[in-house]
Amino acid sequence: MSLQLDFPAVLERWPSFLGGAVLTLELAAFATVFGALFGTLAAVGRGSRSPLIAGACKVYVEAIRNTPLLVQIFLVYFGLASLGLKLSAFTVAVAALTINVGAYTAEIMRAGFEAIPRGQIEAAEGLALSRLQIYWHIILLPAIERVYPALTSQFVLLMLASSVCSQISAEELTAVANYIQSDTYRAFETYIIVAVLYIILSLVMRAGFWGLGLVLFPRRRRLGTPL
Amino acid sequence: MQQNPSSAPIVSLRDVQKSFGPLLVLDGVSFAVERGEVLALIGRSGSGKSTALRCIDRFEKVDGGEIVVCGHRVDRPDVDLRALRQDVGIVFQSYNLFPHLTIEQNITLAPCAVKGLAASQAKDLARKVLAQVGLEEKLHAYPEQLSGGQQQRAAIARSLAMQPKVMLFDEVTSALDPELTAEVLKVIEQLAADGMTMVMVTHEMGFAKGIADRIVFMHRGKVHETGPASILTSPTTPELTQFVGTGNLKS
Ligand SMILES: Nc1ncnc2c1ncn2[C@@H]1O[C@H](COP(=O)(O)OP(=O)(O)OP(=O)(O)O)[C@@H](O)[C@H]1O
Ligand SMILES: [Mg+2]
Repeated sequence: MSLQLDFPAVLERWPSFLGGAVLTLELAAFATVFGALFGTLAAVGRGSRSPLIAGACKVYVEAIRNTPLLVQIFLVYFGLASLGLKLSAFTVAVAALTINVGAYTAEIMRAGFEAIPRGQIEAAEGLALSRLQIYWHIILLPAIERVYPALTSQFVLLMLASSVCSQISAEELTAVANYIQSDTYRAFETYIIVAVLYIILSLVMRAGFWGLGLVLFPRRRRLGTPL
Repeated sequence: MQQNPSSAPIVSLRDVQKSFGPLLVLDGVSFAVERGEVLALIGRSGSGKSTALRCIDRFEKVDGGEIVVCGHRVDRPDVDLRALRQDVGIVFQSYNLFPHLTIEQNITLAPCAVKGLAASQAKDLARKVLAQVGLEEKLHAYPEQLSGGQQQRAAIARSLAMQPKVMLFDEVTSALDPELTAEVLKVIEQLAADGMTMVMVTHEMGFAKGIADRIVFMHRGKVHETGPASILTSPTTPELTQFVGTGNLKS
């Protein structure tokens, strides 16, 4: 039994790999931005005084957290199609990933919101700030700061999970790999390369979040406290 | 007797009732604070001092009675909270500075966001109020870089920046050791000398005696005894006698 690896045969497809990696990163970037916004709104909604809004947000979060991502993707894919909406695989993938990561973001942000001491909010109320101003100036950043590691890990996980978007033929990294391995009959080599590329993408994202953290939390930078 | 607005009390409570569930915490509390007056709320733990103070700024809704603060009917459900809270400054025992903002940002936030002050004006204001509490050099520090006493003084400055007509203090020195307590009390003394109207809950009897125009002694949710600071040295009720006698009049 001998293991024979032929990387050059696979590596000559590097433009395809690169294209797939870029598309994966794009998917992750869009879904992260939209999911962060959407999830934060859902987290705010869960604390709403209106039982209807709070309930709807809770149902959303629980429904998503208790179903597989692939099923969610198919639901969005076939759901939009049956509504007569013809959208690109990329758009569908971004929508499905946004809905998915939004639910996890909501849950993480809710923990962040709950960690803000009541006294902070009372002090802000005492200064005549409105509810919206209090969320924006007093609660949001410290809440994000508290959950930043959990939040950013979730976004990296999302990028990795986006590989299932190959199922609706979005041309991301895993889809490209499937194609190359069936073309070259070099499956092992192909997936080794893909694994390495995913690791690189993860590192790129983590570095990005680290840099973003420096911008978002100037106090950490000034006082030298790590996140 | 006619009452024009300028001679009306800044704060007045009349027969205020407040319960938390089955627990009756304020049982017909009445007192008034005139412009420029300093009123000290004293009493045993659980007697309802903080609750009374918080009702003034509507952090608690009353069940009955009437509260008028700077012309706002605080007991009414339709009270304009934002207008009320621009007229009232409140400082808590636990400072509650915003940890992610510098002292300057802590101070300028509300004047800019609520009153629409321009950033440059707000910064001038921040310098002014920090000078008032002796913390000019901490303008760009973060709260966690300050001592407890400095944080409390910064919190007072933050309130002052809104130019309130009355300041409420709830045991603002209870979390501090004696040395830091003294620096905070000095700031409050100066405010009193400048004519600020104040209501303060305090356990510092010596301080209350020195600064308060009036003492309200609360006992079991009622105003049990009230009068000028001299009631602390010559109380008439046995409860106040016991209260000031149990080492509370140390300083
Ligand atoms: N939000 C609340 N819910 C339920 N009970 C409360 C609440 N706030 C205060 N109480 C109760 O009301 C009573 C009066 O409380 P309050 O804080 O006004 O007392 P206090 O005179 O300020 O006492 P201390 O000197 O300990 O601060 C206490 O028995 C307290 O447990
Ligand atoms: Mg109290």
